[in-house]
Amino acid sequence: MARQLIDQFAAKVPADKRAAVYLGTKTTHEKRTQMLLDQFADPDRLRQLAGEIKQHVLENLDTYLPQVEAKLTANGARVHWAATGEEACATVLQIMQARGATKMVKAKTMVSEEIGLAGYLEKHGIEALETDLGEFIVQIDHDHPSHLVRPIIHKNRREIAQSFEREGLGVYNDDPATITRRARQYLRHKYMAADVGLTGANFVSAESGRLLVVTNEGNSRFSLAAPRCHIALVGIEKLVPRDRDLGLFLNLLARSATAQSLTVYTEFISGPKLPTQPDGPEEMHVIFVDNHRTEVLASDCREILRCIRCGACLNVCPVYRQVSGHAYRSVYPGPLGAVLSPLLAGGHFADQADLPKASSLCGACQEVCPVNIPIPDLLLRLRDKAKREHATLAAAGTPPMGAWAILASQPVVWKAALAVGQIMDYLPLGLIPVPALRAWTARRTLPGWRGGEFRKWLKNRNKS
Amino acid sequence: MSDSREQILNRVRAALAPLLQRAPLPEWERELVDLRGTRNSTDLWALFAERLKAVNGTPLTTVAELVALLESNGWRHGYCDPALWPRLREAFSTAFTVETDFDRRRIDDYQFGITAATGAIAETGTVILSDRDTSRRLGALAPWVHIATVRRDQIFADLTAAVAALPVDPNVIWVTGPSKTADVEGILIEGVHGPGRQITLLMAG
Repeated sequence: MARQLIDQFAAKVPADKRAAVYLGTKTTHEKRTQMLLDQFADPDRLRQLAGEIKQHVLENLDTYLPQVEAKLTANGARVHWAATGEEACATVLQIMQARGATKMVKAKTMVSEEIGLAGYLEKHGIEALETDLGEFIVQIDHDHPSHLVRPIIHKNRREIAQSFEREGLGVYNDDPATITRRARQYLRHKYMAADVGLTGANFVSAESGRLLVVTNEGNSRFSLAAPRCHIALVGIEKLVPRDRDLGLFLNLLARSATAQSLTVYTEFISGPKLPTQPDGPEEMHVIFVDNHRTEVLASDCREILRCIRCGACLNVCPVYRQVSGHAYRSVYPGPLGAVLSPLLAGGHFADQADLPKASSLCGACQEVCPVNIPIPDLLLRLRDKAKREHATLAAAGTPPMGAWAILASQPVVWKAALAVGQIMDYLPLGLIPVPALRAWTARRTLPGWRGGEFRKWLKNRNKS
Repeated sequence: MSDSREQILNRVRAALAPLLQRAPLPEWERELVDLRGTRNSTDLWALFAERLKAVNGTPLTTVAELVALLESNGWRHGYCDPALWPRLREAFSTAFTVETDFDRRRIDDYQFGITAATGAIAETGTVILSDRDTSRRLGALAPWVHIATVRRDQIFADLTAAVAALPVDPNVIWVTGPSKTADVEGILIEGVHGPGRQITLLMAG
């Protein structure tokens, strides 16, 4: 294998998609930056603070998890724990079966994508319908989201119009307003017929047990207004200490994600509906999902668990902008995904060990991160891990360094090499039958030999 | 199930055990999240109205304006919170059909819904709904037009103040402008699953 998988994928991305992803991400990033600088006296301090709060939570999860469990239980919700993705899926199914429920409407939740919930439920005869417009289109196309916040950034209106026509949602019409109206009309009756509404949670306050769910479209609100049962799927890292801290994170989340002051719907849910309220769930379940998160917590990359899934690092990343989300072969794309996906892969780390190399380490991702995750450092730690574990995927396209190691560790050999190094200028390197070396030299020109110059300079400097 | 609970908590404890010290909880001053130009505003309704317009919402100060707006758009069938209706009905002509109960089986019949907000946030143009004060979640969501009523004394200056005063209620929702999406080619479309028009009506006392 001469090149990294991500490079192979990138080479096949059509020019129009590349342009759409580039433009979409660049626009959002620039609006975000302008907004933060215009509106806050010290936006950088906000990011650092939010990062410190999340780090505190992570390092005290042993206290906060039981605390939030007690709060939620006192609020009338039922709390479940799922050690693995399969267990989380099975728990959802059990809750539904216990109610004789067969229909679910789903708001956008990344953890449900991570554990493959919709597919699992469908296999068990449950209709699990995505309601976020982008996710709905991903679902009818049997596709995968390619951005955390804009799942169909890789699709154009013509493709969407064709999908709608194929699914019987009206004759071909690629006007975005018409597409949206048709989805509205189709889905509103699905909400009314659904037994269960499933959401994730952007944050959970350990102090009050309030779940915070934000959307722009109103689909999560509908999922919590029509069905009689609410299931929330929540990664164990989603906690914040106090209600007060929610204010800080809300100020950062929408601005980082979509350059809005607030998302349209910001919902605080602490339990089943009030008895006097006619609409909404009478029953609420919260499933805390581990699925390898505790392994990440035990690793030297635990900072990645601060992530609030805003997508700012995708939007700014020069690699993401070129390769787009599917190139990352996982639910979490971009710089965040390059760190998180291999870690969440558990025993399959080697299958994704190449992702941490999909970065120029320019540092832009950390600079925009609303929780100040040191993504470049974490990428380096994972590269190191890949090397130690001899992950072959990570080595693809990289020339072996064995010869260099011999040269650089033996002064006599080094000096000898310097003396004859001029020969490098005349060697036909591209003909050396090492595939990795060929791949390396195919697009790179070796500069002319200047070996020994530094030693000469240093010697002369000492004399004078 | 409880096995998983213990398993997860044990793994968390094991993961954290090697830490020599744990990151402390930082305190933070509310000034950090103050938006420039918001703090000194004295007329909170004026600020709210300005910010609501910025997110394509519609602030109104009289029932007559509301009725005229509904009429000019041909929105004549709606739902109204039964507690609010006696105060509003006088302004509505017989051309309107306003129901004070919301029938779940006929959600497409309602073109507008009038419900009471529990508060508002000036700096973001947000209305706050809650289970206790807002008569029906669906009545404020399913119709194309949502009208939230709010009183001057219910308006918070900013998000921090609204978080500090979160009501004890199982469900509180902040609504900032009409429902919207930019999923298709990044083009902004309003009125996705929730209302395409978000109106706030200022009520006296």
